[in-house]
Amino acid sequence: MGDFFTLSVLVATAASAIRLATPYLLASLGETIGQRSGVLNLGVDGVMLLSAFFSYWTVLGTGNLWLAVLVGLVVGLAMGVLYGVITVRLSATQGISGIGIFIFGLGLSDLLFRQLVGTPKPVRRLPNVDVPILSDIPHLGEALFQRNLLTYLAFLLVPATALLLSRTTFGLNIRSVGENPQAADSLGVSVERTRFVAILIGNAMAGLAGAALVLQLGIFQPNLTQGLGFIAVALVYFGAWRPVGVMGGALLYGLVNATVLQWKALGIIPVSGSDLANMAPAVLTILALIVLARRVHAPAALTKPFTRH
Amino acid sequence: MGPETNILEMRGITKAFPGVIANEGIDLDVRYGEVHTLLGENGAGKSTLVKILFGLYQADEGSILLRGEPIAVGSPSEAIASKIGMIHQHFMLVPTLTVAENVALGTASTRRPFTDLDVVSRRVSEISEEHGLAVDPSVEVRRLAVGERQRVEIIKALYRDAELLVLDEPTAVLTPGEVDDLFVILRRMADAGRGLIFISHKLREVMSLSDRITILRNGKVVGTTTPDETSREELAQMMVGRAVRLTPEKPDMDVGPARLEVESLTIHGDRETVAVNDISFEVRSGEILGIAGVSGNGQRELAEAIAGLRVGEPGGSIRLDGVEVTDKDTRSRRDRGLGFIPEERMRDGAIAEFTVSENMVLVDHASRQFTSRGMLAFDAIRRHSRKLVDDFAVKTPGIETPTSSLSGGNIQKVILARELSASPTVLLACQPTRGVDIGAAEYIHTRLIEQRNLGTATILISEDLDEVMGLADRIAVMYEGEIVAVLPAEGATREGIGLLMAGVVEPTAQTVG
Repeated sequence: MGDFFTLSVLVATAASAIRLATPYLLASLGETIGQRSGVLNLGVDGVMLLSAFFSYWTVLGTGNLWLAVLVGLVVGLAMGVLYGVITVRLSATQGISGIGIFIFGLGLSDLLFRQLVGTPKPVRRLPNVDVPILSDIPHLGEALFQRNLLTYLAFLLVPATALLLSRTTFGLNIRSVGENPQAADSLGVSVERTRFVAILIGNAMAGLAGAALVLQLGIFQPNLTQGLGFIAVALVYFGAWRPVGVMGGALLYGLVNATVLQWKALGIIPVSGSDLANMAPAVLTILALIVLARRVHAPAALTKPFTRH
Repeated sequence: MGPETNILEMRGITKAFPGVIANEGIDLDVRYGEVHTLLGENGAGKSTLVKILFGLYQADEGSILLRGEPIAVGSPSEAIASKIGMIHQHFMLVPTLTVAENVALGTASTRRPFTDLDVVSRRVSEISEEHGLAVDPSVEVRRLAVGERQRVEIIKALYRDAELLVLDEPTAVLTPGEVDDLFVILRRMADAGRGLIFISHKLREVMSLSDRITILRNGKVVGTTTPDETSREELAQMMVGRAVRLTPEKPDMDVGPARLEVESLTIHGDRETVAVNDISFEVRSGEILGIAGVSGNGQRELAEAIAGLRVGEPGGSIRLDGVEVTDKDTRSRRDRGLGFIPEERMRDGAIAEFTVSENMVLVDHASRQFTSRGMLAFDAIRRHSRKLVDDFAVKTPGIETPTSSLSGGNIQKVILARELSASPTVLLACQPTRGVDIGAAEYIHTRLIEQRNLGTATILISEDLDEVMGLADRIAVMYEGEIVAVLPAEGATREGIGLLMAGVVEPTAQTVG
């Protein structure tokens, strides 16, 4: 245990926590925007898998990391169009539609991987980029400001999302259609368009999350996410539909993951208990949701399709 | 009348839905500066007509002229752009947003893409001041009382510069005092030159507020009149299509022994607050005790406690026919002779998906009368249902019709039939005619009085003061969980009861009963 509390190990753990938190944060922020507009998307994991595969395949073929990130984003957008048509245009039940999207993404990414790649080959990872001056701060700089660009982007999107929701007219529209779509409709706010755009933003961010996941690991395998997208949905509840709360959840999650990894590496957790330790994040989520679920107010129109009476 | 005096002319509006013509060749004009009432029963076509005006529906035929110009309203935003405002019956507010955010929603901001809530708040304050609509723009709407929420709705319309304002049953949720305040505001808005369309079926309000009244029945205009030229009775007759008795005939009755006794009953509400505070009363055979009060003063909790749906605090007592039932369930209370017409008829009174026949035996389906060797005896059930449908004049295609496809008044008749056919000794009737057509309401009133004449002890809980005053022998007024007065119905005045309902206790008007 003593090995863990050395400065270099703690800094390494913190750095890894932030890296691991990145895909969660991107996906959860996107899901937050969607849910605030009244749309639950349980298909995040499937979207992430598909965009992760296409990002990976792009790097494999072109070696171009930024093209791969762009491809991940575009795949997310495309899945957003699909989900928007299903849930907003066709008013399908959101819960089951999201599960459908998940299974579709899981199956298709698996199939494409086997057909187009076959055996996992490592690819280039996202390079770490030092932030001038800040990265020179002892220890803290190493943990926080020597990360990759997608990580910086994810954390910059926290205030950006908060600002979007609370200070812009579009954010006001999102919040109103998520709480009382009839009222928004009566004032000439298009419920359909607002929700569709919110879904597009959310899915684009899920696409970025998939790209971040695969490009931080540098390798793809079937079911790469292992339910990460579902945790991202849970983190929205954990964060009480607020970007800062969601960030807290993502960081906590990253930290638990990083600590488990570090403890395994240091032998603090014996190999025999390793599978048990892998459950820690999931147990933590369940506990947190039990404690927090009571006091939070979900968007009143969440999961309810809108129709005019 | 030249077109320049009319802000709105709707000509030959026709709108059909599958199986029903909601509007058939309707003409309506509204002058600048007038309050024009649309009066009609449920399904007469009032809502359809104003929804067409507001762009929520498209008319099949007909034209709309606004300020003399023909317009096509394709959506609510086009209506708003044409300076048409609408106050919906169910508030169109987002409870988690502030007043200013609710007002700003859907309007252009001066600081796009960001909101300009400080600018909006300042304008809201100006409008509040100008029209006497006091409200704090920075408060979340969910913290506001009902009357305040309605002010926000009016401010929303004024913020959008509405010159033609539609108010769909705006008084349904207000206390008598709030209604008076609202009417002052509406009159002032009309005097400033706006045109107001007021939708209501409360005849007393219609007579006091309107400049002109257009009556609709079955999707057609029956006539247009003014309060000076007509009376409540005539309006009711035009609405229903036949003469209607607004105040039921009620012979004097000698009251018998107490059938329901409530003693020191205290009940907690849903939010752990005291909803009913230490109240005691009794209802005797052959009398109707009316409970008047503004919604939310403990009536619902009291009714639920009497019905057995809510548990009172220890120490209180409810007796039916002298037998303690405080800790008994609903079944044993019904077995002791309690009949119950609940406030939420589709939630607590009937099962919408069930047929009329199934709802008729919802209480007694397990009795010997309707079963044979543990199986439902459908012949007996059908015979019973057919008889009740006839006896209570329920308008339904058949007894196997799903209850949800009946009108509100007929669903209420199904419930009434079921409850009265059990010959209750105590009848608890909550809002028995709310949302029910005048014709059906008249019928329900007659049956309630008949039941009283048969010796049933009736407790009538209603927010409709006319109903309470017309039916009750004694009137108890509830305010903040207490019975502040019990008065004999004879000699009671609307004004006196209205004051008591608002918590103003007049010592001279109060008698302890």
